[in-house]
Amino acid sequence: MKAIVWQGTNRVGVETVPDPTLLLPTDAIVRVTSTAICGSDLHLLDGVIPSMERGDILGHEFMGEVVEIGRDVKNLKVGDRVVVPFNIACGACDPCRRGLFSACDNSNPNHRMAEALYGGVSGGGLFGYSHMYGGYAGGQAQYVRVPFADVGPHRIESDLRDEQVLFLTDIFPTGYQAAEQCGIVPGRDVVAVFGAGPVGQFAARSAQLLGAAHVIVIDRVPERLAMAAAAGCQTINYEQDDVLVALREATGGRGPDHVIDAVGMEAHGHGPGALADTARQRLRLSFDRITALRWALLSCAKGGTVSLPGVYGGLIDKVPMGAAFAKGLTFRMGQTHTHRHVAPLLSRIEAGEIDPSFVITHRATLDEAPDLYRTFRDKHDGCVKVVLNPWG
Amino acid sequence: MNPDSTNPDTTNPDTTNPGNTSPDSPKPDGQVTSDRTPESQAAGEGSTGAHMPPLERSVVGSVGVALIGAGLRSARPLQKLVLGGVGAGLTALAATGRNPLATALKIRQNAQGEVLVSDAVTVGKPAAELYARWRDLARLPDLMTHLQAVEVLDGRRSRWTVKAPAGTVSWEAELTADEPGQRLAWQSLPGAAVENHGEVLFRPAPGDRGTEVIVRLTYRPPAGTAGAVVARLAGEEPAQQLRDDLMRFKREQELGFAPTTQGQSSGRAATGGPA
Repeated sequence: MKAIVWQGTNRVGVETVPDPTLLLPTDAIVRVTSTAICGSDLHLLDGVIPSMERGDILGHEFMGEVVEIGRDVKNLKVGDRVVVPFNIACGACDPCRRGLFSACDNSNPNHRMAEALYGGVSGGGLFGYSHMYGGYAGGQAQYVRVPFADVGPHRIESDLRDEQVLFLTDIFPTGYQAAEQCGIVPGRDVVAVFGAGPVGQFAARSAQLLGAAHVIVIDRVPERLAMAAAAGCQTINYEQDDVLVALREATGGRGPDHVIDAVGMEAHGHGPGALADTARQRLRLSFDRITALRWALLSCAKGGTVSLPGVYGGLIDKVPMGAAFAKGLTFRMGQTHTHRHVAPLLSRIEAGEIDPSFVITHRATLDEAPDLYRTFRDKHDGCVKVVLNPWG
Repeated sequence: MNPDSTNPDTTNPDTTNPGNTSPDSPKPDGQVTSDRTPESQAAGEGSTGAHMPPLERSVVGSVGVALIGAGLRSARPLQKLVLGGVGAGLTALAATGRNPLATALKIRQNAQGEVLVSDAVTVGKPAAELYARWRDLARLPDLMTHLQAVEVLDGRRSRWTVKAPAGTVSWEAELTADEPGQRLAWQSLPGAAVENHGEVLFRPAPGDRGTEVIVRLTYRPPAGTAGAVVARLAGEEPAQQLRDDLMRFKREQELGFAPTTQGQSSGRAATGGPA
């Protein structure tokens, strides 16, 4: 089959690789009908995520049709149309039973690698996302092996198009969880979202769905800001305005009640802090550039929540903890517990409350994907979200 | 990083590791202890640092002195510097009696040069079931991949065979405690190739989370502290094996299988699945 393969830092390619097979009786094989490039794939492309290996198949946002099931799979049958959460969870351990699917104890076969970095515990496995997270082959391919097939895949029985449900696999639940964990008081709270990429777009719209009185989106790319404005959000271009001043003005000096950092480890920003972050990252003294996190802590209102869907990888310094302490902020963060959001968000799509396909700007084949990785990374051509058809 | 964890001179017993005991601190319930020499008790040494036993100290010290001598005799200045430097370093290590590599690798030792290993995992099953799985000693090699065989000799004694870099190592052990659903403890019998003793505790976890399984073991590395360092670097040291074994145990009990990516497709021809 054809698959997108990581070939080294800043190199992805289309290769012909062996078709996946069932490795355990709880596996299923899915014929991928739609897949997408995610912002966090760019961290892999850039080589800032350790433990990638040449030849790894990328991709963690995918959906398709079940073509084969292991003998212990009970909830799926061949022919089912499914969306597959990007994180892999066993469904049996204590975190899974508490709905903390991304913190699954059992799904990462390479637990030792993450334990060494993260204080003796590892998260669950992820599709197509480095060996620290299990080294599972991803879904930017014609077929994919889905482990724990009774736990992750969710059947789509309505006639919604792929493009309307594909993002239930990652960016919609990720944006939604970011907004949900703010504890928004409907009709009262103001929410600011740093980063108007796909997750930021869904975070902003989810904040609206949850009743935010006002949503402000901060970015520097005009077409991304335009997409947020089209949803009724106020926008701030941080290259034209002083973010902290603009946010104070927009909120009568209080600051946003909740701030969502949908940027994470590769924030751009400007000024001496951003330059220092970049230098440290290049020198491998730090994984993360934290301009967005600093702005989040400095801008957030007293008693507010800082919600972090943006990915951080390692150790950070120059964090304005004094501001966070002085204002009594609450931090909420972590990998999305996708499994628990799929059904309720699917209901919202079916009810017509949101059509997630608004975020798509580019459609392509697998063969065109390496070019589109670069287009997406460089934010050229108005690129916000790329959907791939593996059979095109 | 906690600076205390790398400082063998810390006067506080290490409170972050419940299985880690110093001679002066109270033992956890039922901890199997070895005899301590009066000498080491008088010294009051803690167990957080990696201390070289006397024999290893004298060997390292002799090598250090010999290297200094060779360096002094050498005609080439670079050789003189390198040999002299390494020799002085080893001599200093012997003088302090500490192995900084072992300390940096967080290999915990008691004053007798025995290595202390402990770890824990919570498993979502009742203690009685987990105890029963563990008590079936002959089946332990399914869980512990470095174990080749456990042969049950009678109600208390068993013969353990472990894969080693050069073939296998084997010894006899006896159970020193057997409290169904709660605790197993063992001690190797005199003459064991790798002297060891330890215990497994099964403790109900708060709430409905199942059982906390705690393993504490002590062994004497065949080649002293240096042997423990080499084993750790080669990934063959019991602290690492224990972690893997406990996770394998948890997965066997909670899932009935181990997750894997072995044989999945990739762009690496050698490791790809069937074409």
